Amino acid sequence: MAPQLKVNGVTGPKKAAAPVAPGKYYPADDVKAPLQNRKAKRNAAPKVRASIAPGSVLILLAGRFRGKRVVALKVLESGLVLVSGPYKVNGVPLRRVSPAYVIATSTSVDVASVDVSSINDAYFARVKSSDEEEFFAGDAPKSAVVSDQRKADQKKVDAALLKVVDATPMLKAYLGARFSLKNNDKPHSMIF
Amino acid sequence: MVFKRYVEVGRVVLVNYGPDAGKLATIIDIVDQNKCLIEGPANITGVSRQMISYSRLALTDFTVKVSRNARQKSLSAAWAEADVLAKWESSSWAKKLSSKKKRASLSDFDRFKVMVARKQKSAIIAKKMKELK
Repeated sequence: MAPQLKVNGVTGPKKAAAPVAPGKYYPADDVKAPLQNRKAKRNAAPKVRASIAPGSVLILLAGRFRGKRVVALKVLESGLVLVSGPYKVNGVPLRRVSPAYVIATSTSVDVASVDVSSINDAYFARVKSSDEEEFFAGDAPKSAVVSDQRKADQKKVDAALLKVVDATPMLKAYLGARFSLKNNDKPHSMIF
Repeated sequence: MVFKRYVEVGRVVLVNYGPDAGKLATIIDIVDQNKCLIEGPANITGVSRQMISYSRLALTDFTVKVSRNARQKSLSAAWAEADVLAKWESSSWAKKLSSKKKRASLSDFDRFKVMVARKQKSAIIAKKMKELK
């Protein structure tokens, strides 16, 4: 573990608030340092590693679409990354993905022309299922029904995204191919 | 077993290990059985004058005509005359080193493009082979 930084002999969260020694004078009673304001940290914009930026190509490592190469569109307030296949290219819809389960490649496309401002975390909130009766009666799991809203948004986003993807040669085929480790691949020394 | 590359004043060497690894240098003086004095010349290859063990060097086929303990000026003049850099770059040794470096620096997208190119190449070869059968 890296050596902890000390300011005036104080480590940890109180470091920033530690009073600077004024020299010969010091107050007779101990001055209490103010407690850290944790609300500021909670409300701050989510921090995601710099390699995951809007437009960068990501490799999904876990979940239903593991191995798929996908375009990152934006970072949502929850810290999850909004991602799209595009759907026509590799079957990945508009989806949220955790940045921890993703490899960010150095390839990126310009997504300034893709409008995803209306899509946020609330968009992906689960729809309340109807009633208990269905829960008790149903044996076969109902197949997921994709709402028309989602389909329309997917079409809109992908129309703009595909234009950018088609501009780079071979990028469409690249996004359509799945990533896998082959013999003699050393992931710790591979540059993504 | 006949040796063809000798440790001698003027032998161009490739440094294998240390802060100057991967750079060319010239032997300009011999200290003893284990070490010698080398120099780039510093203005051409970036290797400054230093004592180095033979175990950190790899001898190349090239030599330059310099006298023992030559100054950097005469050394770089001899390098220009012998055109060592161009000869080195055209050798298969140097080409292999540079292709290894290139392969290590490829991105995931680059590796995909290489894979597609290799498949196309083998398809052309297979087609031609079928014709010749």
